[in-house]
Amino acid sequence: MSKLGIIINGIIKENPTFVLLLGMCPTLGTTSSAINGMSMGLATMVVLICSNIVISCIKNLIPDKVHIPCYIVVIAGFVTVVQLLLKAYAPAVDETLGLFIPLIVVNCIVLGRAESFAAKNNPLDSACDGIGIGLGFTIALTLIGLCRELLGAGTVFGASVFPEQFGALTFILAPGAFITLGFLVAIFNKLTKKA
Amino acid sequence: MAKLENSLKNMVLSLTAITLIVGALLGYVASVTDAPIAKAKADKQAKAISAVVPVEGAVPGEAVSATAPNGTEALIFPVTKDGQLVGNAVQAITKNGFGGNVVVMVGFSTDGEILGYSVLDCSNETPGLGAKMPTWFQKGEKGDVIGKNPTTNNLTVSKDGGEVDAITAATISSRAFLDAVAQAWAVVSGSADAATSATQQVPAAEGDCCCTEACQTPEGQAECCKAEGKCCKETVTE
Repeated sequence: MSKLGIIINGIIKENPTFVLLLGMCPTLGTTSSAINGMSMGLATMVVLICSNIVISCIKNLIPDKVHIPCYIVVIAGFVTVVQLLLKAYAPAVDETLGLFIPLIVVNCIVLGRAESFAAKNNPLDSACDGIGIGLGFTIALTLIGLCRELLGAGTVFGASVFPEQFGALTFILAPGAFITLGFLVAIFNKLTKKA
Repeated sequence: MAKLENSLKNMVLSLTAITLIVGALLGYVASVTDAPIAKAKADKQAKAISAVVPVEGAVPGEAVSATAPNGTEALIFPVTKDGQLVGNAVQAITKNGFGGNVVVMVGFSTDGEILGYSVLDCSNETPGLGAKMPTWFQKGEKGDVIGKNPTTNNLTVSKDGGEVDAITAATISSRAFLDAVAQAWAVVSGSADAATSATQQVPAAEGDCCCTEACQTPEGQAECCKAEGKCCKETVTE
């Protein structure tokens, strides 16, 4: 598979949110606005790319029986680095995402890709897979955030579209996350099945 | 390169090596980001203080820690301009939030008027309802508390007989916010001596409490004093 093919595969055919349905906790938890969803997606993408590259480099140095603890240590290391950097240089982002940043460690997308892709492919392909899956996750989260923000608060990326009092507050709250996700998965599957 | 086999030695070695390398990397990143993180925190606090005590050229002083009536720890930042105390920024916590604690920073002038506030943490309130707290009580908004004075104004929600409009559909969060303000005021009025003696400034003594703008008319003064049951006798007779 070509490098571009791997990236596009991550965005469409194996989109982590709409097709693989992985990482649902941050998906539902952080998408109360488009910008939150996007920041979460980008943070996950950085971790995913780094961990994919490193794990693919060291895959032969790790005996099978301890591969999960080794992967988790690598992933946790990168997550902590990202968290420290965010705290230092983007404290506002760190504040909105809060607990969800350390929780990237246990995000099944990251470990899932390490297991199913990075452990079997070379570092360059693994990096592409990280970019593809990361972009797919970011796009999905931004889209969910966009829908919820628009329907719930009448804004798009903070810019007002219609007055807030006409918004359905449900969409900002937890039930709206499930409803939006359900509809978007349905639409996504309808579009990709046809093509 | 062939995969390492599952011998105990290999497992221990590879896991130890990875843990050590990751640990070293983390140590390095932590040492690099240590200063920026401390700076970001200090900036945020300084920004919050200057936002709640909006006086040109004022400098926040060292924090004084105090215990609020609800048992939480509050921080008082005396704000000075040219050595004169212009107000206190108080960081207070209420336990009565809808989903937990709410942390607010309130700025009081020396006579107790609320100069400004900012909500430092309302992450436990409902988004779209109680989480409107950071804007709802600002100047010109529906629940405007700016310029009010805890000694002369009844700072409770209108449902409880007070004069502050609660956030629509979020009375509990609104009560929590006003409780935090009350905690902050209790701390700053209680420790007025401690906070002001450091700057050699005559404190807003209790006797001055109701001689503020809110009590400019004679009737207003009389009423204020009745409500307070103390002070301002001379001002009233004048």
